[in-house]
Amino acid sequence: MDHAPALRPATPPIEEAAELTKLHPNYAHALRVRTTLTAIPFLVAALVAELALRDKALLPTGIVAGTVLLIAIVLIVRIPARRYGARGYQMSADRLRAVRGLLFRSDTVVPFGRVQHIDVDQGPLERFFGIATLTLHTAGNHNASVALPGLGEELAREMRETIRAHIRRETM
Amino acid sequence: MSAPQRTAPFTVVLGAIGALRSAIFPAVAIAFSGIGGDGRFLIAIGVGVAAAVIGTAMSYVGWRRLTYHVGEQDIRVESGVLSRTARSVPYERIQDVSIEAKPLPRLFGLVAVKLETGAGAGEDLALRYLTAAQGEALRQLVRERRDEEQPASGSTDPAAAGTFDVEASEVLYALTPRRLVTFGLFEFSLAVFAVLGGMLQYVDNVTSLDVRDIDLWRSWLREEGAAVATIGLYAQAAGAVVGLIGLTTIGVATGVVRTVLRDWGFTLTRSARGFRRQRGLLTRTDVAMPAHRVQGLVVGTGLVRYRFGWQSLSFVSLAQDAGGESHMVAPFARRDEIGQIAAAAGFRLPGDATPWHRASKRQRTDKMILDAAIFVIPTIAMAIFLPFGLFLIPVGLAVLAVGVNLYGWEFRRHAIDDAQVYASHGFLSPTQEIATRLKLHSVEIAQGPIARWRGYATVHLGLAGGQFAMHGVPIDEARALRSAVLETIAATDYSRLDVPFGAPLADGEDRAPSDQALSEAQPGFSPNFLAT
Repeated sequence: MDHAPALRPATPPIEEAAELTKLHPNYAHALRVRTTLTAIPFLVAALVAELALRDKALLPTGIVAGTVLLIAIVLIVRIPARRYGARGYQMSADRLRAVRGLLFRSDTVVPFGRVQHIDVDQGPLERFFGIATLTLHTAGNHNASVALPGLGEELAREMRETIRAHIRRETM
Repeated sequence: MSAPQRTAPFTVVLGAIGALRSAIFPAVAIAFSGIGGDGRFLIAIGVGVAAAVIGTAMSYVGWRRLTYHVGEQDIRVESGVLSRTARSVPYERIQDVSIEAKPLPRLFGLVAVKLETGAGAGEDLALRYLTAAQGEALRQLVRERRDEEQPASGSTDPAAAGTFDVEASEVLYALTPRRLVTFGLFEFSLAVFAVLGGMLQYVDNVTSLDVRDIDLWRSWLREEGAAVATIGLYAQAAGAVVGLIGLTTIGVATGVVRTVLRDWGFTLTRSARGFRRQRGLLTRTDVAMPAHRVQGLVVGTGLVRYRFGWQSLSFVSLAQDAGGESHMVAPFARRDEIGQIAAAAGFRLPGDATPWHRASKRQRTDKMILDAAIFVIPTIAMAIFLPFGLFLIPVGLAVLAVGVNLYGWEFRRHAIDDAQVYASHGFLSPTQEIATRLKLHSVEIAQGPIARWRGYATVHLGLAGGQFAMHGVPIDEARALRSAVLETIAATDYSRLDVPFGAPLADGEDRAPSDQALSEAQPGFSPNFLAT
């Protein structure tokens, strides 16, 4: 009977304190490359601005491009590693937990019994690094799709098969 | 029944009338514009006639090329003049069937039948127009076919196993004209001014009178202002009061008229298989919803009506309702009436026994500080640049923000019991959300930087067709809540959620008609199926 006091600290099958499984290390590299690609237009724009302002001699040379370059370097070198560190997942017999976010943390659990369909996606960058994104789709409006990027290619497929097998077993 | 059918022939006439109506405005515009000199009236008539003829022809061809086919497993509609579209909707995926009669089709005894599957936004299949009898027959058929898909075996109530019967249904809730007017009084609306604005815009477009010409208004204001200035202070004050009263009257009158038009004859009936709602004075709609498709409830209210004890009830389901996310099933009702409807849908309203937990006080403090902080910069800027005293306005707003937050915290609560989850929020009046634990799809604990530092979180629960969030839950409580909810969800697969009453359940689970007899594995199953 489930008549214990409402918010009893049940012994969850997923231990909150338990270590999250880390993503594939290549995920950090993929993030880095993506950030670099995003940064290039900004760097170019900064250089153009720098050249345009040079004649006017309003600012010391290099202050605009230098700042942008500095920010870009921080974003490329430091942030991906931290984002990689913040992400993780945990898979148990009947549910998947996905944790992400540096500043805005999000910790989502999807029971396999509620998965409608499963995607394994690979963009060109992800293919190069041999990683894949596993996406679980649910019928809920919130978290209609829960994506777990940065899994090893093989692992993502394996996880998909496991979840699929679970759904099948339940439906039979 | 198996041959492809056409919609009612009168549809063509309605299409022609529609074409004529859309041709009127361009024709009038041409008549009053400078195009064509003296012959412009002829041109205008010509344009009108041409539009009407083309519209009628299009409407006829469209009607000829649209057929629907009521099959064994699905309804198919084939349409399109040049490019053909064939759409098939399986019976068991139909969330609800609604019959809508707009004023003009209604005059001819025609209705539009809409079938909703809950995929994406808007209706998924609409047949315009069928005769009222055809529409009712189609609805009846969809209902029967859908029930055949999941045969009712060993039903305890033989009457319940029959087809949907209007006579056998009981009226759960109805709006009497008197209550309708009371309801209208709370629906204060100044939408009429928006309509006026739109008309002004139109005048601007088709005439040479430029409503955005400031000089025009200024000269008008100067004349009127001069007149006002001469009548003395008291008269001015009286004028302002009269103006305010006028505005209020217009707002209230608009509210009453709109409400009466929308909700005239509002009746919610409960039959063996589901709910049925009829409403509307000019546009009459008739929606049927299967009870087991109800995912959750929303009990809403308004700032003023809450003080008078009036609330509203909506059903959350995958289908959408006239632009809204959920089906309004009782727009204006007392708490006990809402409780009865909720019970009919298999839900329990939160009561004295509900173990409410308040949101974290830290969250209250943080929200208060953040909301007040918005006004800091305006205050400083106004104190420096504007005449003394004006900066008190943002200060006052900041104080107001603090007060509203303090008061709103009273309503921010959440609860979980053996079958359902509850959340309540709102600033000046509470909105309550109720969902079955079993019919949730995912659980997320979300935290921003401040929330992490201060140890609280927002719990988002995945609800099909709606949102469900608990705000400011202390983090330990959030985790306990999540694992409790997950216990329930993981115990039952999605494919068994929608099993209607009478269908055999796996595991030989018996559904005792009492909350005390919930099984360990599937708490939450019984209440939502009692009435189904």
